[in-house]
Amino acid sequence: MPLPADPRPSRRFDSILRPTPDGLWCPGGAFFIDPPRPVDRAVITHGHADHARAGHGAVLATPETLAIMGERYGHDFAGHAQPLAYGERVMVGDVELSLAPAGHVLGSAQATVRQNGLSITASGDYKRRRDPTCAPFEPVPSDVFITEATFGLPVFRHPPDSHEIARLLRSVQQFPERAHLVGAYALGKAQRVIRLLREAGYDETIYVHGALERLNRLYEHFGVMLGPLAPATGSKADFAGRIIIAPPSALADRWSRRFPDPVTAFASGWMSVRARARQRGVELPLVLSDHADWDELTETLTQLSPQEVWITHGRDDALRRWAELNGLKARALHLVGYEDEDDD
Amino acid sequence: MRAFAALLDRLSLTASRNAKLRLIRDHLADTPDPDRGWALAALTGALTFTAAKPAMIRRAVEARVDPELFRLSYDYVGDLAETVALIWPARHGANREPDLSEVIDALTQAKRGEVQGLLEGWLDALDADGRWALLKLVTGGLRVGVSARLAWQAAADFGGVEVPDIQEVWHAQSPPYADLLAWLDGRAERPSADAHGRFRPVMLAQPIDEAEMERLDPAAYAAEWKWDGIRVQAVSEGGVKRLYSRTGEDISPTFPDVLAALIHEGVIDGELLVLREGQVGSFGDLQQRLNRKTADARVMAAHPAGIRAYDLLASDGVDLRKLTFAERRARLEVLIVSLASDRIDLSPIQPFDTWDALAALRAAPPEGDPQAAEGLMLKRLDSVYEAGRPKGPWFKWKKDPHLVDAVLMYAQRGHGKRSSFYSDFTFGVWTGDVDGSHALTPVGKAYFGFTDEELKQLDKFVRDNTVERFGPVRSVKASREFGLVLEVAFEGLQRSKRHKSGVAMRFPRISRIRWDKPAKEADELATLEGMLDRAERGS
Repeated sequence: MPLPADPRPSRRFDSILRPTPDGLWCPGGAFFIDPPRPVDRAVITHGHADHARAGHGAVLATPETLAIMGERYGHDFAGHAQPLAYGERVMVGDVELSLAPAGHVLGSAQATVRQNGLSITASGDYKRRRDPTCAPFEPVPSDVFITEATFGLPVFRHPPDSHEIARLLRSVQQFPERAHLVGAYALGKAQRVIRLLREAGYDETIYVHGALERLNRLYEHFGVMLGPLAPATGSKADFAGRIIIAPPSALADRWSRRFPDPVTAFASGWMSVRARARQRGVELPLVLSDHADWDELTETLTQLSPQEVWITHGRDDALRRWAELNGLKARALHLVGYEDEDDD
Repeated sequence: MRAFAALLDRLSLTASRNAKLRLIRDHLADTPDPDRGWALAALTGALTFTAAKPAMIRRAVEARVDPELFRLSYDYVGDLAETVALIWPARHGANREPDLSEVIDALTQAKRGEVQGLLEGWLDALDADGRWALLKLVTGGLRVGVSARLAWQAAADFGGVEVPDIQEVWHAQSPPYADLLAWLDGRAERPSADAHGRFRPVMLAQPIDEAEMERLDPAAYAAEWKWDGIRVQAVSEGGVKRLYSRTGEDISPTFPDVLAALIHEGVIDGELLVLREGQVGSFGDLQQRLNRKTADARVMAAHPAGIRAYDLLASDGVDLRKLTFAERRARLEVLIVSLASDRIDLSPIQPFDTWDALAALRAAPPEGDPQAAEGLMLKRLDSVYEAGRPKGPWFKWKKDPHLVDAVLMYAQRGHGKRSSFYSDFTFGVWTGDVDGSHALTPVGKAYFGFTDEELKQLDKFVRDNTVERFGPVRSVKASREFGLVLEVAFEGLQRSKRHKSGVAMRFPRISRIRWDKPAKEADELATLEGMLDRAERGS
């Protein structure tokens, strides 16, 4: 099949924002976005550890993200912390900066940089579907849209959340003598799973691994109410028919032996592929992701129709192919250092 | 289709037998007819579709998805049916989702050229799980780790009956099993089992040892060799000929040579073996014939199969199962002599007076076939043929297992209750080079034989001595100077091209953990090769 002519992106936006080994660099504002190593000035899109590191001179982020960083790294995580609420605009050096909700986790933001009448939006990690634990993604019309591509293959089409939660609840009903142990990343995914269970009418106590407790409290502080929670300590018999949420690394850990014949579940976008579930010994895969799936990625690009699409990390090969087929200029930035919390 | 898809999805990732039984039982309880009957047919392997080929599915998807995007996706997922199920572009509101029975009816009636259109219509209407289930169904391999026997057990659990009750009528019924399910629901009488060629649930033996035997009267029992093949039931009634496994799976297409020899009118119970001029082959020999859908002439000539008969359940239209073993045996002997077939012979009765005399026979079997036997069978002369594993009438007295000291090399995490334990152990023995260096070569994998307490100790050893991790597998420290020696018991050895060591064990299990034994004193591969050579000379 003949390909459309290669729509090679230009470098005319590089004076505003450009990829470097230390992350996205904004010369006009003298800051990096989500730098993987400590720098003088950083704008942080969200609190996941690979985007939000400790030790920067100055950090600008949403109040929620700053609170998450403070909880994880202690209150001296940076020399100076500047909160910026969604929708406010601030001058940083020669550029104007604003943050808009990204719908990824609590406090997650897209950062838009404007200079000389041109605008670039770095979306960080994002998703488009509703999430009861954070503000929904807001499309920001820009000349350049910088996207992730974690699930940038057309096989990734996350089913409706309600479908996955119903599968979990059905299994709890079907195996009342077993514990249901749900692996979920500690920041964002865990609270979302709990909220979704509450929305589905599950009002029993949910047991949580110790690593989730502080973040759960923080979410509640920001108004995301999680209902009755308790630490996952007790004897085997206490956990029959119960739901326990733990970080994914705890599923195969000795920690999990306290539960009666657990049904191992894992909430992650990768779980739609059976081999991935099998590899991790997951019996009940729950396809719940905080990243945009293929349809969300392509619909976002179609909706925004920017002059150029830049792809930070993930399956840039397939997403670039799609962009080519759809007449969009796309460029892979090959930014390193971003892991995928879904894969933990 | 949605319920069936959800069932297959769960089964495909469920390791525990009890959990699988629950999933299938609940499906039979919650799903209306005829879909639940079709599901039972699919799980027991009673449905085969050949009209849909992988190439057809590939063509269909390539017409709808950019080939480059498809290639990238297939590379990532690695399985065609799964890739297509996930990538198929949904057409919202395209069609109503089909019921399982609609799919099966339509496929059964479709002409060759119509199949592709039907498939595409269904793929449009289903969600990803439904598409996956559909593609598994139509390409003829569910592969969700469910045997026919397991599906029957679930159906028995659902109906509150025993598995033999179901097996007895199964082959007289056909999908979607409306009468059978009505009986299991408690809405109707048990359907008729009166069909030519049906399977009779088999009688099984309890294990026994010397101590228990002392309490039995030797004069009440007949003894014969326990042959190392597979238990079969050969049915030939009113022109219908069938060969069943001991669980009632119809394996006739795999053994046309045996089927052709069934010229009697009745039901023979016996051992399927490779038989060359009256001499039995090894189990490895027989394995060349197993797990094949059909047999070609070359394989049949190289590994000729036959039956060593030991019981007769029906003859000339008369059910013999209420007669005693002695009476059935007498009729069997007359029948086998009259058949005069080189494919069906008789398992001889071994006369003995005392248990000591029998023990001596078992310890030192005479030259020839008995050396390849797994041990002895004891059958009460006055026992009727009773389905299941009744305690008392039949015993199996196996030879002591072989033992080898091997070194733990790899451990893999288990499933379910054992998901936080390294519980599947790969072990190896030493191979020596001419230059005197030694290396371990894996010879088997065992995941039972130890107590819960020993499992904890093994798990700790694995975690404390991990060298490398590959997904759920860890390699552990194992050298001449340091390593954990496991005493492994196994029933037999076979040559194997698939294993680097060239040998494969039957039923290996961990009989003792030799914390005390230095790794370099574990056995050498030559020891196993010697066993293999002796076994092959014996038979």
